[in-house]
Amino acid sequence: MSDWELVVGLEVHVELATATKLFSASPNRFGDDPNTNIDPVTLGLPGALPVLNGHAVELAMRIGLALNCTVQPCTFHRKNYFYPDMPKAYQVSQYDNPLNVDGWLELPGGKRIGIERAHMEEDAGKSTHVGGSGGRVHGAQYSLIDLNRAGVPLVEIVSRPDIRSAEEARQYVTELRAILVAVGASDAKMEEGSMRVDANVSVHHPGTPFGTRCEIKNVNSVRSLGRAIEYEMRRQIDLVESGGTVRQETRHWDENDGRTHTLRTKEDADDYRYFLEPDLVPLAPSADWVEKVRAALPVLPAERRRRLATLTGQPADGEAVSSVVERGQDAYVEAVAHVGGDAARALVYVKEAFADEGDEPRVPAADIAALTQMEVEGAVTATQAKAILADLLAAGGGDPAAIAAAKGFEAIDTSALEAVVDAAIADQADAWAKFCAGDGKAMGAIVGAVMKATQGKADGKIVTAILNARRSS
Amino acid sequence: MTDRITEQQAAKVAHLARLDITPDELERWTPQLEGVLEHFADIDALDLSGVEPMTQPYPLVNVLRDDVVRPGLDRAEVLAAAPAAEDGRFRVPPILGGDM
Amino acid sequence: MSPTSVSSVAAAVRSGATTATALLDEHLARIAGRESEIHAFNLVTTETARAQAAAVDAAVARGDDPGPLAGVTVALKDNMCTRGIPTTCSSRILDGWTPPYDATVVERLRAAGAVMVGKTNLDEFAMGSSTENSAFGVTRNPHDTARVAGGSSGGSAASVAAGFSQVALGSDTGGSIRQPAALCGVVGVKPTYGYVSRFGLVAYASSLDQIGPFATSVEDAARVLDVIGGHDPNDSTSIPQQYPSLVESLGRDVAGLRIGRITDLPGGAEPDVLERLEAAFDALRAAGATIVDVEVPALTYGLSAYYVIAPAEASSNLARFDGVRYGLRVDASDTNSMYGATRAAGFGDEVKRRIMLGTYALSAGYYDAYYGKALKVRRLIHDDFERAYQRADVLLTPTSPCVAFPVGAKGDNPLAMYLVDVYTIGTNLAGHPGMSVPYGTGADGLPVGVQVLAGTLQEPTMFRVGAALERSMS
Repeated sequence: MSDWELVVGLEVHVELATATKLFSASPNRFGDDPNTNIDPVTLGLPGALPVLNGHAVELAMRIGLALNCTVQPCTFHRKNYFYPDMPKAYQVSQYDNPLNVDGWLELPGGKRIGIERAHMEEDAGKSTHVGGSGGRVHGAQYSLIDLNRAGVPLVEIVSRPDIRSAEEARQYVTELRAILVAVGASDAKMEEGSMRVDANVSVHHPGTPFGTRCEIKNVNSVRSLGRAIEYEMRRQIDLVESGGTVRQETRHWDENDGRTHTLRTKEDADDYRYFLEPDLVPLAPSADWVEKVRAALPVLPAERRRRLATLTGQPADGEAVSSVVERGQDAYVEAVAHVGGDAARALVYVKEAFADEGDEPRVPAADIAALTQMEVEGAVTATQAKAILADLLAAGGGDPAAIAAAKGFEAIDTSALEAVVDAAIADQADAWAKFCAGDGKAMGAIVGAVMKATQGKADGKIVTAILNARRSS
Repeated sequence: MTDRITEQQAAKVAHLARLDITPDELERWTPQLEGVLEHFADIDALDLSGVEPMTQPYPLVNVLRDDVVRPGLDRAEVLAAAPAAEDGRFRVPPILGGDM
Repeated sequence: MSPTSVSSVAAAVRSGATTATALLDEHLARIAGRESEIHAFNLVTTETARAQAAAVDAAVARGDDPGPLAGVTVALKDNMCTRGIPTTCSSRILDGWTPPYDATVVERLRAAGAVMVGKTNLDEFAMGSSTENSAFGVTRNPHDTARVAGGSSGGSAASVAAGFSQVALGSDTGGSIRQPAALCGVVGVKPTYGYVSRFGLVAYASSLDQIGPFATSVEDAARVLDVIGGHDPNDSTSIPQQYPSLVESLGRDVAGLRIGRITDLPGGAEPDVLERLEAAFDALRAAGATIVDVEVPALTYGLSAYYVIAPAEASSNLARFDGVRYGLRVDASDTNSMYGATRAAGFGDEVKRRIMLGTYALSAGYYDAYYGKALKVRRLIHDDFERAYQRADVLLTPTSPCVAFPVGAKGDNPLAMYLVDVYTIGTNLAGHPGMSVPYGTGADGLPVGVQVLAGTLQEPTMFRVGAALERSMS
């Protein structure tokens, strides 16, 4: 029985890059001494009142608009539950009227994952457990609470259950992160907790209703996300195929044993008793404000991939375009093209050699442009160009023609090359016979002989063309 | 008599509110809660369709503050008022019921 | 002979005719005389008061302006945060807790030169109408110490009535300033919701609470409200306005004003109270006002709506008292058990009942049936009042259905106590201002108050009528 379909929805919490907290003016900073960024609101002191951070609203709108959401008038609600890192015993969040609704995120391959909502809420503090095993709560003797993080602004981004594979989930998170960083809303680092991902996973047979879903928590990297989803999918399939039923519950991913474990069942779930937060007033960003935010958005990764693909003639969902955009080097490729370079060749060079160059490579665009021209015109072979490129990178620039001359790279005259090829054919008679009989791999020995005879200066593409022509004649 | 809230419901609600109440209190208070809720019968008789709920006494909108740091509270003063503290943090008994 | 009004006190202090310290000594002497039988205070703040009085006197000596309330003694309800001074809300769960910050109203009073004599007793967390729900004992009515002072701001009302402080601040969620004012024979004002900052007021019901003044005269109340009122950026629900002084409207006569009589007012008022209300109508008519009949049909549902909305918000506001960061903690083997034991030991019965009621009204499956409906009834009450204010400038009602009742008279019957709020509760639900003005005596010579109600931000008109009533009594 293998016509199972995986269904995944992702809930991503993102810490906003504001100077202060969502409802009070304490610093929003990671890594400070415990309980040094506190005030009456953060502590939930009697009499404290929240006041909304306008910049947090701006960043939340940037996220919504970058995800193609509609920004709408909204309100805040209290979500009531007891936990030591919740100083008020309620979290101020958004319930039935969130700020951003009905958007989508486009994966590199072009598939759109629906975004149901992206709403604002405040973060909780941090608890550390002392005396148990591995810092887990199980078996701990006591717990210590640090409220520095309490009140930090979050946006919770809820996708629709449109994801159908672990790979799509990984792409979604990677792309989302790129968008968040691009708009300046968050540094979105999973390892620091400024981006947290929970996965809702279920399985079903296509054409039947969705299965019962489980929420998976404690996924701390993109790679873990993929592993956790794959494990959970298998767990649910095995369970159902052996006659069991999936129980709706929250499960904890354990990176060490590679499994998910029950954390909370639905019966344990709290009744949050949502009601409108009476200490805040509604938020209705003006059309002017929304437009201003929209107009100030940078070009987003999906659009940058499209532009680079159009410029270079390479597929937008291909490895080269994706990785160059992800590194922020697409502007560089455009700059090379702008000064007369060949965009397609430039893309290849940047993809292969610029992994450590960051988003502002040192090599002047003109130098790369010149090199692409040399290769395109046949003045150097692809292999020779690669060598020149390495020198350019090592030196932070240079004159490709001069480097080529210094290395003794010249183009070999085509008729002279034909003579060398014919000599190699004669020399490698067995290989030639196999090649003529249809064994394409046999060409390798002949090409090798040509390279040796020309000290590597022959252009492999031209050699191959000559061989193919000889074979068919 | 108690058709709006039973002792069982009152006990459940006390747990939601993290209030330990004794069986005697449960027995005495459930009828009192019932009495207050019973008073609500006058509202139950009303036709409220088409009436918008009122959540805000004064119609304000878009109250925002600048994203500027302002001095907060002194940790020593705050922790001195805490029932238990250690290492600059509030200390509590173990949290059962899992990580959130 | 000491000055008796806020303005004359402040003037005398500024001119050097008397000192803040001398005035303070007078009040402390009166406290020493009768506090043991009245119990208005949870804490008499002698040290702080002396320091504040000395600071005022020093400012005067330097030639600096000591402020519009220079030397005026004030008592603060013990649910307002005072930095470095215990704030208990008359609850064991905050017994001994000292806030690290001041409420906005406390800062404004201090800046105005007021001298704080103490933190007054209240029904625990402001839940009650008699101050009998305090964890620290009942406050007794200065006119008859066998009777209650009213609640929940009983201590503040008694402090002013007994002369322990010139003025006092209370909080009003369902009548908790106006009702004790009526029972103690003083002026009590609840302003428009949003007029005074709630920052630093320990929340009971966030959408209903307002801070307001107690005083022996309408003018004194106006002067205090002038100081504490106005926009506060620390309170998102604070109306973004500064207000002109209310004192200016006091002298204007009421000729031509329309005074509304609510013809469908819920019943239950005692004959002596109704008699004083009629006298008030007569006085205003004699002064040239017109009496008009109005209806506020939804007002009869006010108690039901209030006793769902207020406990619901309170159940959430009081959840922060969990023994983790401040206040009482009863140790246990895990945090959930600690919460349960701490809150059981720390809260009194009435607080627990209201938390349970509120939790129930918000819980899954019951929200629409109770809280949702109550919010709609709130809309009806508000709209009915608004319609009435198109036909009348102010409304006149009894404040309390009865004069001060004996301590213990309402027994352990919450519903009987709740009915005492019947005339005050609608104003909180609507967000409108209201004031109680002492208007003679009723049964057993006990004070009766008359309530003046007005529309949103109509404090000037409300004070104008209150002053006229006051003039008619002298």
